Amino acid sequence: MGKVGIIGVGQSSFVRGYPGSIRELVFEGFKEAMKDADISVKDIDASIVCSAPEYDKQRSPAGVFAEYLGLTPQPTFYLESLCSSSSMGLKTAYALVKSGLHDVVAVIGFQKMSEISSAESQERMGRGADIQWESPFGTMMPAYYAMYARAHMEKYGTAPEDLALIRVKAATYGQINEKAVYRKPVTLEQFSDPESPMSGPVASPLRVGDCCANADGSSCVIVANEEKAKAFSKKPVWILGIGAASTAVKLAGRDLFTGLTVAEQAGEQAYKMAGVTPKDIDVAEVHDCFTIAEMMAYENLGFAKAGEGKELIRAKETYKEGSIPVNVDGGLLSKGHPIGATGGSQIRTIVLQLRGEAGDMQVKDPEIGLVHNIGGVGLYGNVTILGR
Amino acid sequence: MAKKKEMDTRFSKFGTVSFTAITKVNDFIDYLEQGKVMATRCKDCGMVFFPPRADCYRCLASNMEWVEVSGTGKLVTYSKLEYAPIGFGDDLPYAIALLDYGDYKVFGRIAKDLPEEEIRVGMDMKTVANTLPNGQVNYVFEKA
Repeated sequence: MGKVGIIGVGQSSFVRGYPGSIRELVFEGFKEAMKDADISVKDIDASIVCSAPEYDKQRSPAGVFAEYLGLTPQPTFYLESLCSSSSMGLKTAYALVKSGLHDVVAVIGFQKMSEISSAESQERMGRGADIQWESPFGTMMPAYYAMYARAHMEKYGTAPEDLALIRVKAATYGQINEKAVYRKPVTLEQFSDPESPMSGPVASPLRVGDCCANADGSSCVIVANEEKAKAFSKKPVWILGIGAASTAVKLAGRDLFTGLTVAEQAGEQAYKMAGVTPKDIDVAEVHDCFTIAEMMAYENLGFAKAGEGKELIRAKETYKEGSIPVNVDGGLLSKGHPIGATGGSQIRTIVLQLRGEAGDMQVKDPEIGLVHNIGGVGLYGNVTILGR
Repeated sequence: MAKKKEMDTRFSKFGTVSFTAITKVNDFIDYLEQGKVMATRCKDCGMVFFPPRADCYRCLASNMEWVEVSGTGKLVTYSKLEYAPIGFGDDLPYAIALLDYGDYKVFGRIAKDLPEEEIRVGMDMKTVANTLPNGQVNYVFEKA
């Protein structure tokens, strides 16, 4: 059984209030990936549509997109694992191709979050937790991650400023990513300036600047078996390792609050499958829905020991020139986080990096890249390792 | 004409906004109204569950008894919210938190009258039944 490669990647710009319907939004990411792969719709054997359905007015969008994109009569279906939907889509596409069932599969991620108000979207995100026992207390995503931030600060002495440094880094690259929703610079001083929106309280100890923004967006990753990948693509990027894990939805059902067990477990699986270690990773995309999430990712993925993530960001080791560049496309903090599209966008960034096509964001000559994509509050974890 | 069967929707009283009306552990609400916060224990294996469950995944049995959440737990972590989801705005500001009782953990809210300056991770707290201003019931954590 041969390797599985990525032959095309694309994403729409991530924006506030996309001026079109969901099928038109999806077309943007798909078009870019198809042109990148330089193939026709007849070359695609199946499509997987990845999204969080609570934002969709359209029931079963997969069929609507297959029609609009010209992907009928090939099979298509919908896949959901909250914010990690399109990484789980990639894992599923890998299995479909590796099994020999299909030769070429398109993984299409999307979310049009602006169909509903920001408060409504917070309510829906809160319902990504346990609606019977936790949501009735008025939970929401920033507050859950804030509870992890509090525990991390208490145990390891991580400071709010360490988290702010992660946002400052994100904004450094968000400014040069033309597809990002937030493109302004952010300084550490803004976090202590009561006049700056960055310093506004959300859920202690997290502030506005610690949180990513909702956005509308789409992404597409086209996966092929080794034979087709080599035939279609001059620079296929290979899936070397792929891991995934889950844990209790309820915080009350968990034991670790200074890190995400799903990230540790998915990472271990992916490293083992790829036969590499954290030291071998040249560039990474991690799920920085909140600054604390990136801090925990450093530690859960083995870029730093537990509690020492703060040293990495203080020393700027996760900047483009550092020892382990992380989120040099601006991350979710700058790009915005259109739930179902996010994983595909992260994969796109690493594929472009490995092909040497990341432009101003290009890291020097990376050979192996990693994508860390989390669903819910560390409920689902996906880690994917890619190589040239 | 057959009499319409009444649904037991007691759980719709849980929390500021309940998202679940019907569950097999509806008696939790009656206990809460009597001032008791209850867990369930599997009569077959002895495992205690909080929040309470109707079914034990270890025994694949549904042979539960109610036991009270008593004593104190240690505050694992918390967050004070300045923004709230739809339906919770009138409660602001409020703090959500997690207590560790050893055998199980309890997720809930910190009592409104406890000033944030007095909240310390690791402190001993107890879980107390509470009636909300809108007549709904939940439980809160108070200093032990």
